[in-house]
Amino acid sequence: MGIVVVDVMLKSEILDPQGQAVAGALPRLGFNQFTDVRQGKRFELTVEGEVTDQVLAAAREAAETMLSNPVIEDVVSVRAVLDEMGSRTAGLNKTAHA
Amino acid sequence: MKIGVVTFPGSLDDHDAHRAVRVAGGEPVSLWHGDDSLRGVDAVVLPGGFSYGDYLRAGAIARFAPVMSALIPAAKGGLPVLGICNGFQILCESHLLPGAMIQNDHRTFICRDQRLRVENATTAWTSDFAADDEITIVLKNQDGQYVADQHTLDELEGEGRVAFRYVVQGPDWSMSSDDAPVVEQYDRFAGRNPNGSYRDIAGVTNERGNVVGLMPHPEHAIEEGYGPSLDGLKFFTSVLKSVVNS
Repeated sequence: MGIVVVDVMLKSEILDPQGQAVAGALPRLGFNQFTDVRQGKRFELTVEGEVTDQVLAAAREAAETMLSNPVIEDVVSVRAVLDEMGSRTAGLNKTAHA
Repeated sequence: MKIGVVTFPGSLDDHDAHRAVRVAGGEPVSLWHGDDSLRGVDAVVLPGGFSYGDYLRAGAIARFAPVMSALIPAAKGGLPVLGICNGFQILCESHLLPGAMIQNDHRTFICRDQRLRVENATTAWTSDFAADDEITIVLKNQDGQYVADQHTLDELEGEGRVAFRYVVQGPDWSMSSDDAPVVEQYDRFAGRNPNGSYRDIAGVTNERGNVVGLMPHPEHAIEEGYGPSLDGLKFFTSVLKSVVNS
């Protein structure tokens, strides 16, 4: 099984209420060094077998059409997760790439 | 005159929309998200609610429901479509209307009677109003902040496509008159719009004026004894006239 990871972020000019809530709470725990927080979305798309170029192309299309809204969000990256052998066939458990 | 009301998984206000259509003198027709037919209706309402639990983004999954594959070309062809709240979010996700809806800037759910100014009284859903009419209907949502880039906003304003704007109440709007003791009621949204929407935009229309979306709920303000006014009824009487005239 292979996994494609898609990362989506709100465009920088769009206000991020969730990120602001987190930014407001961090100093209460003593984390004073972070001047801003923006929160995005990570999708993990699993396929049978290897993550081929076709699979990546399909993941990119899914990312542009449904996983993100181009009016407010950017697709930051679409990539295969590599296992310890450097193979895109993965077969790794969830914690191996977390 | 048949007005379709689409029910998605998680739609909440479809029954109120049916009722509003009937009270206005139209015949409501149930449309199902899984059907790819519009059953010959003359106009369509996408109602409020939380289709698909607002998962991914509000309206993002509903936008790909089978019924939308029939609705999108029909709307582009001139079929009157009104998106209320979640329905507005679905219209934005479908790119039938510009811009997008994100979480309220104060991050809390809001439910209140809201004053709006009708800015465009020439659309299929607003022709029974006069421009600059002020109306009061219910606003209730979590993701009600209308956003778009500056270019799109300028274009909307330039083309008169801002259909409704929130009336921003001054800090003194709830003060009593001169001869009574001044009591300032608490209004957390005095001096600002209730969700952070860019340029106080509450609703927009497409170029042709047949597709209109807004966050507040006209279908909850159509009957004496329910809701803050009867202002919502004119949305539905407007579309019945526009269908007759077309």
